[in-house]
This record gives sequence, structure tokens and C-alpha cells, in this order.
Amino acid sequence: MRRRTFLKTSLVGLGAAVALALSGTLTAAETIKVGILHSLSGTMAISETTLKDTMLMLIDEQNKKGGLLGKKLEPVVVDPASNWPLFAEKARELLEKEKVAAVFGCWTSVSRKSVLPVFEELNGLLFYPVQYEGEESSKNVFYTGAAPNQQAIPAVDYLMNDLGVERWVLAGTDYVYPRTTNKILEAYLKAKGVADADILINYTPFGHSDWQSIVAEIKKFGSAGKKTAVVSTINGDANVPFYKELGNQGISAEAIPVVAFSVGEEELSGIDTKPLVGHLAAWNYFMSVDDPANDAFIKTWHEFIKNPKRVTNDPMEAHYIGFNLWVKAVEKAGTTDPDKVGAAIIGLEVPNLTGGKAVMLPNHHITKPVLIGEIQGDGQFTVVWQTEAEVEGDAWSDFLEGSKDITADWTPPISCGNFNTVTKTCSGQNY
Amino acid sequence: MPVSTDPRDWGRRGFAALLLIGGLCSAPMLAVAEEAIPPGEPVVEATLPDPIEAPISEMEGTPSESDTLEAVAPAPAKDLASIAARLADRSFSVKEAAVAEVARSGDPRAAALLKALLAGDLQQRREDERLVLVTPAGPDWRLTDALTDEPLGEAAARDLKKITLNNRMRSALRSAIAGLTLNHPDAEVRLRAVQEMTGVSDDDVVAGLRARLAEEGDGGVRAALELALAIVDLADADATVRATAVDALAGRLEPEVRNRLAPLAAGDSDPEVRAAAADALQGIATRLKTYAAMETLFFGLSLGSVLVLAAIGLAITFGVMGVINMAHGELIMLGAYTTYLVQLAMPNAIEFSLLVAIPAAFLVSGSVGVLIERSVIRYLYGRPLETLLATFGISLILQQLVRTTISAQNVVVENPSWMSGSLVINPALSLTYNRLYVLIFALAVFAALLLILKRTALGLQVRAVSQNRAMARAMGVRSARVDALTFGLGSGIAGVAGVALSQLTNVGPNMGQAYIIDSFMVVVFGGVGNLWGTLVAGLTLGVANKLMEPWAGAVLAKILVLVFIIMFIQKRPRGLFPQRGRAADA
Repeated sequence: MRRRTFLKTSLVGLGAAVALALSGTLTAAETIKVGILHSLSGTMAISETTLKDTMLMLIDEQNKKGGLLGKKLEPVVVDPASNWPLFAEKARELLEKEKVAAVFGCWTSVSRKSVLPVFEELNGLLFYPVQYEGEESSKNVFYTGAAPNQQAIPAVDYLMNDLGVERWVLAGTDYVYPRTTNKILEAYLKAKGVADADILINYTPFGHSDWQSIVAEIKKFGSAGKKTAVVSTINGDANVPFYKELGNQGISAEAIPVVAFSVGEEELSGIDTKPLVGHLAAWNYFMSVDDPANDAFIKTWHEFIKNPKRVTNDPMEAHYIGFNLWVKAVEKAGTTDPDKVGAAIIGLEVPNLTGGKAVMLPNHHITKPVLIGEIQGDGQFTVVWQTEAEVEGDAWSDFLEGSKDITADWTPPISCGNFNTVTKTCSGQNY
Repeated sequence: MPVSTDPRDWGRRGFAALLLIGGLCSAPMLAVAEEAIPPGEPVVEATLPDPIEAPISEMEGTPSESDTLEAVAPAPAKDLASIAARLADRSFSVKEAAVAEVARSGDPRAAALLKALLAGDLQQRREDERLVLVTPAGPDWRLTDALTDEPLGEAAARDLKKITLNNRMRSALRSAIAGLTLNHPDAEVRLRAVQEMTGVSDDDVVAGLRARLAEEGDGGVRAALELALAIVDLADADATVRATAVDALAGRLEPEVRNRLAPLAAGDSDPEVRAAAADALQGIATRLKTYAAMETLFFGLSLGSVLVLAAIGLAITFGVMGVINMAHGELIMLGAYTTYLVQLAMPNAIEFSLLVAIPAAFLVSGSVGVLIERSVIRYLYGRPLETLLATFGISLILQQLVRTTISAQNVVVENPSWMSGSLVINPALSLTYNRLYVLIFALAVFAALLLILKRTALGLQVRAVSQNRAMARAMGVRSARVDALTFGLGSGIAGVAGVALSQLTNVGPNMGQAYIIDSFMVVVFGGVGNLWGTLVAGLTLGVANKLMEPWAGAVLAKILVLVFIIMFIQKRPRGLFPQRGRAADA
């Protein structure tokens, strides 16, 4: 009895596998599939829908140029609906059923953590386009957004050296990215000699809307006679009531500037920016950057989306870089095989949209310039400061106890995302 | 809290409350109308170019003007045009230097030029790099030469280049303008200039302030000048001057005063000054504590009023009718979107848009509510679980409807200018207008609802049906119609709440979900079926939350409130004000 069931199931399984393999080879012969894993509904739809459109545009442009390896690219769009476990399911669907050559997707760190085991198990490639907290480097993931040393640390340096800030409010949404970033920033500030009493850390839930007492607290904290700034890792739409409350309580950017890591052009297009003028944001790209590549990108975007008012933002540039790197790597490897592409992509270089170059580093992060912009009345940013050269993304922060000695290098002989330089061992953990 | 059971008494009370609210409403509204745009907002000057020009040319001849200008600017006046050209430079440091030179130039046009720059009205024409002042004219801009006032016709935005500013430049501009307008004929402008200069201990500035004090006639400006000079005197070499300054500053709540007194109290060379400063600081600290408590109370009431607004519609549908309406949040959302659509329809009258949006939102959400009741809920009376699931489904449908027809993104609902800024009572206590109005509005909605339920025929029928359906029908009440209208009323109120919430938070397809839990929490805590319970519960929870927030943090405060309610419901399952009598047991 038991053996018969076993036989039956294995037969059915075999049949299904053959059918899958057949359908897979059939489609693969005609096109190369590219997976797009961005939420089109739920809370994150606000930010992620734009990235789905960006990917469709990039694939469209590549097909106009004749595709890749003589084949057309075919986008496969799935909707994980801002639901973290669903991200893993959809990733499995893309890799197992659709047999995509690479996946571009995810926004929140928790969604990335949710798909990570799937990508490692099925050996897929994920290009992750958003700034994040670091402390990770997977063989299967390419991080085209900023690591903390490409956004948070330079922003704090700017506030400290150029604006003379001495008192710090670290305000964030209560989840992994702000908590880790603030931990790094706190360690960094203390290393720079800032006293405990001059640091105020505050966390709020997702979508927080009643900012009265927190803003009042910031106001009090900032009236102690020392120049104060707010470093904001507040995420998503909670920013709108936060800035509104700042404006209403009469806190101007000149008195207490707020530098945000999650507020870009897209987020500002949902806000009346008059009360925000002068507040800061740190990114690796601004739509207002005057560069021919950027102008061309904006023009293509407006034609593709058929709306001249749509803005471009930093994660869009990250996808632009990530996609071009992948295309170049596939051309170099002559195949879409993940292992070969993964080996070929390291060291490749493509132009970014701000007039520089993005190089894929052995730790799967890229080089990026850091730009600090001030919000203007029209919802755009004016660049007030930028690093002289591109900064190399650092997967493991140098300012945290546990990760100081750890480095990631996916080239032989190390080939490890979590390598301890003191004990000369790979932790064995894959990411 | 003793609550009268006599319905007439309730009505009278509600009416009195309404009158009171009406009085409260109109008084601050009038006050706001006068200063619709908060002080310090550069836009005021931007839209009215003439008044700037006029006073400055008037100023030209006054002796005090030339005095201060000499004090600030010993250098000979250069040609303004050549300096001004550098205001449009690419480099911020060049621009900043140019601002300082314009301020020192002594040219009568300097103040107007700098104000226009600060407001973003000074731009550069691309074709000939000429500096122009722009005023909006339809989609285009009307141009006048920034220095000669010569009209230059109209131009599109792409023909113009904005002069970008950064924070350093903005503060440099503000203090330069303050220096130039210290002797302005308008007391309001002088006051702003003095406030801008308070805390600056630059010798030239102090000399300017002293000269101004000698001839200042306006009481408000005098007080501001005395404050600014007393702060300067705290650093004087003479101990008696310092002591007088400390005396003058006792009880002042400005943070600047505290920061300057603290070092004196800690280590002034003169023991008397030291003691006086310590005393003064002590007094200030006590007053600050009182105001901080008042501020927390206001924050709590304001949060509570939002809870009450969100919950009060539910108090009707859930409390009175017993329908577990999971789509309540989405009815709030529809109200907020109605506000958005109303603003789209009347882009030139944002100031009045809310007054139109309130009835519109009531009608939209109300009719959707009636539709839901007639098409779904009426088949499910007495089956709470099915109602819950069905209305949850409806909530998802409504969300997706908005997402597909309007946008998945949040939409921009503008704040009318009378909703922005804050009512400054003193430097330690200011109440933001949007919160203040929402608080008043919540009380007004509550009073209106009470009035409807207690004083109208519909209200009587609603109460009759909810107490005993069979008996009411026997008395000739058309219970089906009453059900539909009651549900419509509750839904309409939710829509009105949406209008208020659109002024405080984001308007997006998901906004309703944030309020559904809170609403049920408030209704259950207050006692199902009791409007007063909802009011008291909402305000209590708001204040409790805000009292806990400073030491527990926003996340923990919310958790603690929830835990408290769970414990409370264990003890008193029927909430704060349980319904009594046979109706409650039915």
C-alpha cells in the first residue's frame, strides 16, 4: 500500500517535472525571462509600483536595442501585495515555475530577508534597489542601493562639519532598517565625542500620524542653545504628518534641519512642500542633477509613463544601474546561468545617472556618489554638498562591535559573505 | 459621571453645548481671518509687491534710517546692479557674499530685492541673464526688471532660471532683511526684525537696536527690543548691568533667555548676580512645567478628539444598531477622498473647500452606507459573524475601488491657510490650529448627533427600533426604513470624520484600516450604545496615551492603552457607561 502510493506520487511528480522542464525549454528558446517582484497593492504599493514601471521601461528599451544574446527579454510581473511571506512564495514561483534569469525587486528589508532563503536554495539572482541597513551579503543578491556608509555616515559628517550640529535626534520607524542604522549612527557619533545627553533616540510605529508630542519634544531638545539636527529614518507616509507638524509648530529648517534617508522625489510628490523648504535628504541620486544621462533617462521615463509630471528617484536609478550591470554581465558570460553571471558581474562598470561610474564590488555592493540635497518649493532637491568621488559600499559596518572584523568577498579565494578577518574563517552562514 | 436620563434634559444640554461651540468657533475664526498667514512667512510679501516698494521709498528720508545704515555699512555704496548680478551665481558662497554686499549697499531697493530672493520671486531670464521679479499670470509668469521695475512681458517657466537657496543663505537673508527693516514704518515688520535679531550679540546690530529703542513708540516692539537688549546685557562687563538684565529677564519663557541665564547661574564672578540668575531660572522652570502639563493635556484632548471623530459614526452603527461594520474605516476614507475631489473641483478656493467638503462627504459616505445596508446588511441582521465577514469584504472592495479609479498612491489634500501654523499663547505654549479646529469640530459633530438622536422624529424612531424592534413596528415605525437611515447617518458621520482626518494625516486607500481598531476600542470602552460613553472614552484614551508617551515611547504607550482596555473590559464587560434596563438585555 505504502509503496504503491509512493510509486504513484513519484510518477506524477516525474510527469510534472518533465512537463515543467519542457515548457521551460520551449519558452527559454524564444525569450529570456526577467522577474519583477514589487508590491502592486498594500502599504508599499506607493513606492514599489514605480519601480515595476521602471523595470518594464528598461526591458522595453533593451528590446528596442535588439534584446540580449539575440533573444527578446520578457518581463514577468508578480504582486507580493506588501505581504512578507507572500514575497517568498512569489519568489519561488518566479524561480521554479517561470524560470526567470534574474529577479529585480523588494523594497523593505523584511521582504528581502523573507526571499533570501528562496534565492539561496534555488540559486537565483536578486537585484535589490533600495538603501538598507547593511550587515548582509548574500551570494545570490546584488545590493544596488546604498549601504549605511554611502548615505547615513556622510550625511552625519555633513551636518557635523558644515552646519556645526552638536545635538542629535535620531528618529525612526520601529523596524530593522532604522534600528540598525541608528545603532551604527549612535556608535559613530559617540566615537566622534558626542555625549549621551546630546543624543535623543525615538521610534514610532509604521504609519504614525500623531506627531504632536514627539515634535514638541524635539523642539525642547533643540532649544538648549546648541545647534540641533534630526536624522530621520522615518519611513513611508508617516513622513507627511511629521513634516506638517514641524511646520505647524514653527520649526524651520534653519533652526532644526531634518535630514531624511527615506524621503525622495516620489514621497514629496504627495506633499505640499512649502513648509519643508530647506530640510535635507541624503541620497545617491536626485532628479535635479544636471547631467546628460539623467536628462535622457527622465525623457524616456516621461515618454514611457505618458505623464510629464512623474518624478524619478534614487531607487529607480539603482534599478537602472542594476539592470545595466546584469545585461553587461550576461553579455560577458554569454549565458544567463546564475553562477556564471554572478562571477562575470564583479568588477564590471556602468555609468550612473549623475555623471559617474558604478562598479560592482566583490562584496556585491556598488560604488555610489553621496549627495545631500535641500528640499525646494517645487518638490525637487538642490544639491548642497556631495562627495568628491564615489564611495564603495561596505556590507559590514566598521562602527558596530560584531561586524567590525567581518568582510564580504565573493571572489576566490575567500568566496564568503561573512568572513572574519581576524580568525580568517568564513562563518559558514551564507549571508 | 451623573447622566440625566430625561431625554429633554439631554437635548437641552446638547443644544447648550452647540451654542457654546458656535461661540468658540466664531471667535478664533475671526482672529485667524485677520492674520491668515502666520508671521515669518515670506509669501506674504511675495504676493504683494507694491507695499514693499512704497514703505521703503518713504523710509529713505528719515534720519534714523541713514544713521543705522552708516553703522552697518561704513563702506561706500557700490552700484547695486553689479552686485545683484552675482546673486545669480552658481556658487553658494558667492551668492552669500553678494547678499551681504546688497545689504550694505545702502540702496533703497536692497530690502525689496532680498525679500524677493528669499520668497523665490527673484529669477533669472535665460536669454539675457537679466534679473527679473516674477508674479504668477495664469500658467506663465509676468516679469518686471528687478532693479528698474521696467515691465518685461510674460514668460514661461522654462525660460526662467530659479536662484536656488540653501539654509545658510536663508538665514543670512533673514538677518540682512531684519537689519534693513528695523526702521520700517510698519510696527509689525519692525517687530519681526527685532525678533530676528534677538540673541545676536554683534556690536553693529546692538548699536542699531539701542538707537531704535530710543525712538520706538510701539509698545510691543519696545518690549521686544528691551528683551533683546537685556539678553545682550547679560554678557556685560559691569555686574550691576548684568544684575538689572537678570531682573528684567525673570519669568521670560524664551529658550534664548534660559540658555543665557544658565552659565550666569553656574559661574558668574559676582555672587549676587549668580544667586539672582539661579532664582530667575528656578522661576522659569516652574512656569515651564505648568505650561508643559497644559501642552500635554491639549495633545491628549486632540488625539482624543480624533478618536471620538473616528468612533462616533461607529457608535451609531455598532453601538445603536449592533452591526459590526468592518467597512467603517473605508467610509472615513471615502469622506477624505471627497475632500480631495472637492479641492480638485475648486482649485482657486481652497480656503472654503472644507466647508463644501463637509456636507459633500456626509452625502457620499451616507449614501454608500445606505447602499451597503440595503444590499447586504439587511439580510444579515442577528448574524454577527456573517456581518463581520461581509463588511470586511466590502471594505476590501471599497479600497480596491479607490485604488483603481483614483490612484494607489496617497493624494494631496491641501490645508487651507487658516488650518496651518499655531496659536502662540507664549513662547512655551502654542496650540496648532489644525488640531484646535479638529477638537472643536469633533465636539460640534458630537453635539449635532446628540441633537439628532434626542430631538428629531428620526432620532426617536432610531431609539425605539434599537430598544424593541417588534414593539416599534407595532407602533407603526417602518423599521426597514429606519435601519437604512440610521446606518446612513452613522456612515455619513464617518465621512465627515474623513474630512477632518484629511487635514491631519495621509489620504490613501489604506487610511481607513488605521482607524477601525481604534474606533471599536473607543466604542467598547465607552459602553456600547452610549454616545456620551464614546466621547468620554475617546478623550480619556487620548489623554492617557499622551501622558504615557514621553516616558514609554509611542509604540509602548499604544500597547499599554490596549492592555488597560482589555483589563478594564474583564472587570466591566459593558464599558464605562453600560446601558441599563430591559433594552440592554434584549
